[in-house]
Amino acid sequence: MKPATFEYHAPDSVEEALALLREHGWDAKALAGGQSLIPAMNFRIARPTVLVDLNRIDELAFIRRNEDEEGDGGPGPGGVRIGAMTRQRAVERSGLVAECEPLLTEMMPHVAHLQIRNRGTFGGSAVHADPASEIPAALLALNASCRVRGPEGERWVRAEEFFLGLFGTSLEPDELLMEIAFPGPRQRMGIAFREIARRHGDYALAGLATRLALDVDGRIQEVRLAYLGVGGAPALATSAAAALVGEKPTATVVEEAARTAAEELEPMEDMHASAAYRSRLVEVLTREALGVAAERASNSV
Amino acid sequence: MNATGTVPIRVTVNGEPYERSVEARLLLSDFLRHELGLSGTHVGCEHGVCGACTVLLDGEPVRACLVFAVQADGASIGTVEGLASKDGLHPLQAAFKEAHGLQCGFCTPGILMTMVAFLDEVPEPTEFQIREALSGNLCRCTGYQKIVEAVEAAAADLRGIS
Amino acid sequence: MSSRYFGARIRRNEDEALLTGRASFVDDVQLPGTLHAAFVRSDLAHGLVRAVDPAPALERPGVVGVFTAADLGEYWQPGPLLVPPAPIEGLTFEARTQVPLARDKVRHVGEPIAVVVAESRYVAEDAAEDVIVDLEPLDAVVDVRAALADGAPLIHEDLGSNLAAHAVQTKGDYDAARAAADVLLARDFSYDRGVSGAMENRGVLAHWDERSSQLTIWDTTQAPIPIRNGLAAMLGLSESQVRVVAPFIGGGFGPKIMMFYPDEVLLPWISMRLGRPVKWIEDRFENFFSTTQERGQVHEAEIALRGDGRILGVKDVFVHDTGAYNPYGLTLPINTQCTLLGPYDLPNYYSEFRVAFTNRPIVTPIRGAGRQQGVFVMERLLDLAARELGLDRAEIRRRNFLSPDAFPHDHEILFQDFAPLVYDSGDYEPALDKAIELIGYEPAGTTPSDPAGGRPAEEGADRDGASRRTRLRGTGIVSYIEGTGIGPYEGARVRVEASGKVCLVTGVGTQGQGHFTSFAQIVADQLGVDVTDVRVVTGDTREFHWGTGTFASRGAVVAGNACHAAAVAVREKILRKASEILEVAEEDLELAEGVVTVQGAPDLSIGLGELALRSNPLRGAVQPGTEPGLEATAYFGPQRGATASGVHAMIVSVDPLTAMVEIERYVVVHDCGTVINPLIVEGQIHGGVAHGIGNAFYEELDCDSEGQLHNASLMDYLLPTATDVPPIQTAHIETPSPLNPLGIKGVGEAGAIPVAALFVQAVEDALKEWAPGLEIRDIPLSPNRLFALIEKARAGGGEEGP
Repeated sequence: MKPATFEYHAPDSVEEALALLREHGWDAKALAGGQSLIPAMNFRIARPTVLVDLNRIDELAFIRRNEDEEGDGGPGPGGVRIGAMTRQRAVERSGLVAECEPLLTEMMPHVAHLQIRNRGTFGGSAVHADPASEIPAALLALNASCRVRGPEGERWVRAEEFFLGLFGTSLEPDELLMEIAFPGPRQRMGIAFREIARRHGDYALAGLATRLALDVDGRIQEVRLAYLGVGGAPALATSAAAALVGEKPTATVVEEAARTAAEELEPMEDMHASAAYRSRLVEVLTREALGVAAERASNSV
Repeated sequence: MNATGTVPIRVTVNGEPYERSVEARLLLSDFLRHELGLSGTHVGCEHGVCGACTVLLDGEPVRACLVFAVQADGASIGTVEGLASKDGLHPLQAAFKEAHGLQCGFCTPGILMTMVAFLDEVPEPTEFQIREALSGNLCRCTGYQKIVEAVEAAAADLRGIS
Repeated sequence: MSSRYFGARIRRNEDEALLTGRASFVDDVQLPGTLHAAFVRSDLAHGLVRAVDPAPALERPGVVGVFTAADLGEYWQPGPLLVPPAPIEGLTFEARTQVPLARDKVRHVGEPIAVVVAESRYVAEDAAEDVIVDLEPLDAVVDVRAALADGAPLIHEDLGSNLAAHAVQTKGDYDAARAAADVLLARDFSYDRGVSGAMENRGVLAHWDERSSQLTIWDTTQAPIPIRNGLAAMLGLSESQVRVVAPFIGGGFGPKIMMFYPDEVLLPWISMRLGRPVKWIEDRFENFFSTTQERGQVHEAEIALRGDGRILGVKDVFVHDTGAYNPYGLTLPINTQCTLLGPYDLPNYYSEFRVAFTNRPIVTPIRGAGRQQGVFVMERLLDLAARELGLDRAEIRRRNFLSPDAFPHDHEILFQDFAPLVYDSGDYEPALDKAIELIGYEPAGTTPSDPAGGRPAEEGADRDGASRRTRLRGTGIVSYIEGTGIGPYEGARVRVEASGKVCLVTGVGTQGQGHFTSFAQIVADQLGVDVTDVRVVTGDTREFHWGTGTFASRGAVVAGNACHAAAVAVREKILRKASEILEVAEEDLELAEGVVTVQGAPDLSIGLGELALRSNPLRGAVQPGTEPGLEATAYFGPQRGATASGVHAMIVSVDPLTAMVEIERYVVVHDCGTVINPLIVEGQIHGGVAHGIGNAFYEELDCDSEGQLHNASLMDYLLPTATDVPPIQTAHIETPSPLNPLGIKGVGEAGAIPVAALFVQAVEDALKEWAPGLEIRDIPLSPNRLFALIEKARAGGGEEGP
């Protein structure tokens, strides 16, 4: 279990990294935290011939408040921005994240184990787009936007357009994820993260991240239900969410939404869980998460 | 830095500076064990699950099998060999001996390095917090119970000292 | 016997080296000029080897050699049959043992075809990919029943079938018992495979030193002496030219026994050809194919009872999966057959097994070694019987226990050590009572299920939102016996050195069981020295010539008693010599704290170091027949195994919607005879229980019908972690074994044996109202399988027997 040979580059700047990616094209692979890539290389499942190590690019590691950056096309003020090379543990420990996006704070301890989170990066996990991992689902639930830079300059991509199927993203081989911006809290908003894994730190059998907002009458104004572990990509239950809008989150309504989610997601089957079992987990977890999020939303005023 | 051959690196391990030239693909775990002869860091899975190779990279526990040695250039690394002092075992090591927190001892160095950092951050952990922090380190011999007891005892001891 | 250390919670002598990273494991041994090996392995479960072309690999810089079966010449031989079959009447047995490199055929995924030797493991792995292997696929057979069906693909064509063995053992007359029974219950059961999961993978470093004509092999083996003997014979060397060292071993659990694995056989040969040290360290991926596995069996069982719950008889017919080869003979199915009888007075027994070859990795013992399966079948039958008869689960066991005056109890069948299965001693009811008390079991019918709400959040109840779900609680309680400490023998040599310290040498290997301490305790008590002054040397054939190894929970029993015997002999020498020097009768001497003193005259004394020096005169004449030194060697071989026993109990809480199970409490009441070191015994039990929990609910090899394994990683093969194993409460019952002077019974495997049987009983108890009729008959269980069973039971399809 030793990796095959590769050419190694450790640029100090984004520009240098982009130049290397452009030069080597499909042969090159960007190395972020490496906590998924290096195991795959040790198994020789992944064998990039050129590695562009991003760990020396300091400008990609930050957590800051979204303030005067409206001009860059990202979401407006109020939220938080997380640099792509920010270690997952830094996100977990960040007071700013806890304040602006508590869903992330609630979710991060479920991401593998602390030794992995010490090295693994927030953006690396997003780009890896493992359908069973937590961070992509959180991006979907929170309606995050990704700032991507390539040879043609920069663009913002909403999470829904960023993730494309199994381990796929809309990132081109010569592009880099720079940062992820979250729109931030609003009044009467509640979040919840729930997952079921075989062992603590394992990829979940199923899980979801949800965020909902209530109107002044206590009706659901907006809700997103984003799932991990259920299919070939991090997935939104859009029908279930649509049916919730305008309703009060009563037990019956929540129950019905949970059933709808389980139906619309058509979960996959693998050695750890049948499709029927995953549907059940989706139903149970959705019910719980919606209950918690609604409770938090009504308490948040 | 641009090399297909070897890359010169400088690291500090347990306070000692080292300079070596390494192949880019050399894993940090193999570098420590075979290049530096610090074989206390063990290798159990080489895919980041068992935790036996856990070392401190700039103070934080990481899997040495999931870092290339070249990436550690300029870093400070802590391994199990650096825990004890001239005066004897580190309180955590002493607690493991006292509580019978190890059997074959293969997973132990990785557990010690994880727990040293954990107790630094959480000086008064509950049993559950300890178990959760331990969950990234596999042990097949002990059933974990006496490891948990050892960490509880070490936490108390360390609080007493500081 | 003075008793300063025996029975005390002594901290381990070996810990300091292990805790500071100084302890040397096989891969820590570094010799200058070492080459590294990597294997080219079959990616098919069954196929013909058409061609192997090493040429492209040889062109790669850094590659020193590539070897195939054709290169081995006369050295290519199937491995030894490690355990000949017990002389069971009417037995059929065919041995087909593993080969060093596949020559004509591959019979399981991962079987080695060629070995590449290079300047580094990295390069060796590169070059292993260069070797061109042409295999012609054959149909594979993976399912153990299918393997015995007519027309199944033949794994060893010359046999004409895949039947490796067939045996029947009986006691009494089962058919008569059946005819007389008030209740008959029949069910099928299965128990699937897993890996041993030692944290250290296997490894070998072989070094042939041309100048001294010495071959040294560092090997992760539990049995260095048999490996030395076998390799010397195979290589045409004297045993004195071969030294096998098993240094610190990172867990064994069975598969590191004297297997003569291909790597163990090939590396010394390669080192002799190349004249350089050669190292192979198994990686975790290889481990799933190149190290032996265990536990695949399918059973059809029937129990016959009287209306009051007394067992009249049991019939059990099973098939045992031995994988592609069967070097370990019949140890496993015989253990299953014998252990099924449990602590019960079971007058009529019919047990029949077939052993089948399959296209899967080789099966040899793993911690428990066939016993789990027997216990699972028996305890499940009793649970069903209790349910059928409306009896309490503890009560049905109590009614069938052998009484304390029933020992020795002859079960009239043969055990794995070829000796009759005779229980030496035991007392089962007190263990049951103690377990009931500790777990808080209420034996009136079954315990009520109550939601486990209100648990504090810090206990993790809210970790995955579980506190919002209804959880149902269930209790389980099972009992079992374990034949431990079998022969043939082990030896030990004890020597007092001029420093006054003691050197103890024994032939068994050690993999973390604390032998450096428990053996030292035994000797320290005899010689009146501090336990830290006894240096234990083990696992090095240069130090001790005779012995077998660590397996079958026998280290403490067999080697422990050898250490004791040698220490007793040295103690006699000490007192004799001191008596000569001090001119005082031996009876008037005392030996304590490293000094022999005359009773009542404390000024008259002599230290052990001084005595050792004077026992080894370097000038002058000695009496004819004088042996130098304060040293003795002794051997111990028990007449047969000592029967340990225990009762385990647990409380689980089950989320009936998600089928997630949490173990809340676990109690073990165990009888391993006299206890040398309670700290170590507890550790052994804890580890065994954790292993059993893994087997019951987490660990599973996902192998398809083509023999391809889909989860060869610790990511997907789930070893239990610290959050999966509950705190375990232990208590001891002590019935000393009359079969050895120290009264010891083995404990290394005990914890693992009854866990699956217990786990499913507790889960069924928790779900008895939610999913009436739910029966769990297959191990491993998983949340996924439990979910399916629950849904089926709730749909009214509660499974009935066949």
